[in-house]
Amino acid sequence: MKRIITMTVLNRPGVLNRITNLFTKRNYNIESISVGLTEQEGVSRMTCVIHVENDRMVEQITKQLNKQIDVLKVADISDQAIVARELVLVKVPVLPHNRSEIYSIIEPFRASVIDVSKDSIIIQLTGETEKIEAFIDLIKPYGIKEMARTGTTAFPRGNQRVSQQKAFSFV
Amino acid sequence: MEAALKETKAKTSELSGADLLLKALEKENVEVIFGYPGGAVLPIYDKLYDSKILHVLPRHEQGGIHAAEGYARISGKPGVVIATSGPGATNIITGLADAMMDSLPLVVFTGQVATGVIGTDAFQEADILGITTPITKYNYQIRDTKDIPRVIKEAFYIATSGRPGPVVIDFPKDLAAAVSEEPAEQDIFLPGYQPTTEPNFLQVRKLAEAVSRAKRPVILAGAGVLHAKASTLLKEYAEQQKLHIVHTLLGLGGFPAGHELFLGMAGMHGCYAANMALHQCDLLINIGARFDDRLTGNLKHFAPNATVAHIDIDPAEIGKNVPTHIPVVGDAGEALRQLIRQVGNPPEQDEWKETITSWKRDYPYHYENTDLLKPQKVMELLFEKTAGEAIVVTDVGQHQMWAAQYYQFKTADRWVTSGGLGTMGFGLPASIGAQFADPSACVVAVLGDGGFQMSTQELAVIAEYQLPIKIAIFNNKALGMVRQWQEIFYDARYSHSKNPVQPSFVKLADAYGIKGYEIHTEAEAHAILNEVLNDNEPVLLDFRVDGEENVYPMIATGKGIHEMVGVKK
Repeated sequence: MKRIITMTVLNRPGVLNRITNLFTKRNYNIESISVGLTEQEGVSRMTCVIHVENDRMVEQITKQLNKQIDVLKVADISDQAIVARELVLVKVPVLPHNRSEIYSIIEPFRASVIDVSKDSIIIQLTGETEKIEAFIDLIKPYGIKEMARTGTTAFPRGNQRVSQQKAFSFV
Repeated sequence: MEAALKETKAKTSELSGADLLLKALEKENVEVIFGYPGGAVLPIYDKLYDSKILHVLPRHEQGGIHAAEGYARISGKPGVVIATSGPGATNIITGLADAMMDSLPLVVFTGQVATGVIGTDAFQEADILGITTPITKYNYQIRDTKDIPRVIKEAFYIATSGRPGPVVIDFPKDLAAAVSEEPAEQDIFLPGYQPTTEPNFLQVRKLAEAVSRAKRPVILAGAGVLHAKASTLLKEYAEQQKLHIVHTLLGLGGFPAGHELFLGMAGMHGCYAANMALHQCDLLINIGARFDDRLTGNLKHFAPNATVAHIDIDPAEIGKNVPTHIPVVGDAGEALRQLIRQVGNPPEQDEWKETITSWKRDYPYHYENTDLLKPQKVMELLFEKTAGEAIVVTDVGQHQMWAAQYYQFKTADRWVTSGGLGTMGFGLPASIGAQFADPSACVVAVLGDGGFQMSTQELAVIAEYQLPIKIAIFNNKALGMVRQWQEIFYDARYSHSKNPVQPSFVKLADAYGIKGYEIHTEAEAHAILNEVLNDNEPVLLDFRVDGEENVYPMIATGKGIHEMVGVKK
């Protein structure tokens, strides 16, 4: 099953290496990892999307991450009400005869065209992973020249409608 | 060259990076450094020339770090190591992994090439931060001389607090030489590191209630008890609640072996009573052990009917291998103190006690005596003639298991062995560190002929300091444990496990000016041990033991903890 883990870390040299190293060392399966600065100086936020077999495994991962000295806070937010977003850039070839067809796909997804050249365009789309994937499926038949995805970054929502938060046994 | 000249002319109020390092070490009351010089650490070694801190020169960096591990295990203080950049630093990797597995506090300084050339594949450059990240508790690279005092303070704090472990500080050569005004004092800044030592009161109460209800309780005590210096508390608690104790390999000494509540070591080569108690119990109280696979055997059969309680300072250990019903995060000593205060009635376990007693009585460790010198016999003699008070340091293999089985430790911190990593070559240098930690103790280095030859060069250190270590080599002319597995699981096809050529260990000792004896019979063993054990000088004893002897009982890989073979009939 897929889990989203967010953490704040001290922005020290090698901290990303420490985290990815841990995933390798413990044989955890990671789908994406995104890192960036936060509102606090010297603190970065990382969001990892991981695949695990059971709850025990995700608990173990959370604990191992927590044990890292540069890690300030770890949370598995998969069961909370969250906003999760990912950004994708896709370069698609366009020909005069299919230009309007491609634009008609872009519009309902509220994607935007951020670069136009004679024979290709670059499309930017932000959204949840499912939306990104649906878009890619639709655009694929036109041929994807290049694609880059940022990986998911996520926050718990301000209001938690249903409290499904998992209780972990570490104190 | 010019820079070096300028450095010597520096004003006295200014300090070099190396000065700051030594000042910080003095502040941490470091008594001894195990280090090996080289290009990148020359500025540090120049300052060490005038330092009051004792510096011991191993003959290989790996020997240095194992010595520091032995020192840390016995003294309870962090072992300090210096190695130069590149090969010096990569030579200590095994020791770091070993210390990480067995939770030993080390502070290790590695030289690094000058900051300006880091990343250019400079002479003797290696990416030590990258290499050591997965096998250290934490690591640093000095980037600015003003950080040196804080980094070292943090390193000692991290190495010794919570679950202890090794910390590496990578020290670029130019920063060791760079001179500056003494930097302003900086506080430790580790907002992401707050180990829980005080256990949750409710969890402790839950555990106490489970104990009072239990019919077949048993305590599994690991090295966490030793790190917490809690062996007296463990005894008090066990006696208060009449609970039987089983030890892990690394936990030995945490509870007196002669005590009526003691069952012995559990695990792959543990005793019948201990393993059966773990299999049949209805309440398993793990204090400071990590349910290693060599202890548990096949997890399907491990404590199948038990409520599992686990006290550990490292929350990540709880539930890692064995599902846990009562997790208690905290220091073993604090947890035991709280448990003792709960003063519930001891559980009613007459039937259980009877069962356990009969296991203990009917199925002790055993071996058959023949004309050949039996390794188990040698271990028994060593125990007898040191009155069970020696510091026993082992290498890895059959002899290690026999030492664990037959040496009955009366007190804590007398046992040094490489458990988690199982590092051959560990024993001899670790015994050196142990002797430095406790100069008046009788230190016995129990080694195999294989492991001894992995660090023979350290005999020079023993000779240099005239350390009165008794080196007992269990010489079966083979890599005994490998040979045993090949005999049992690979149709006795002894692939590269028998040593076709061996030097005379006695002559080798002689070359270092160390007395040596070859011992072939039990009578000789008696006589020579009587003669040498009280001498205040090193000695090498080459015990020519039965080469076909195997370690029993044994749980084969994949088998349950109750499926022991080689139990006394």
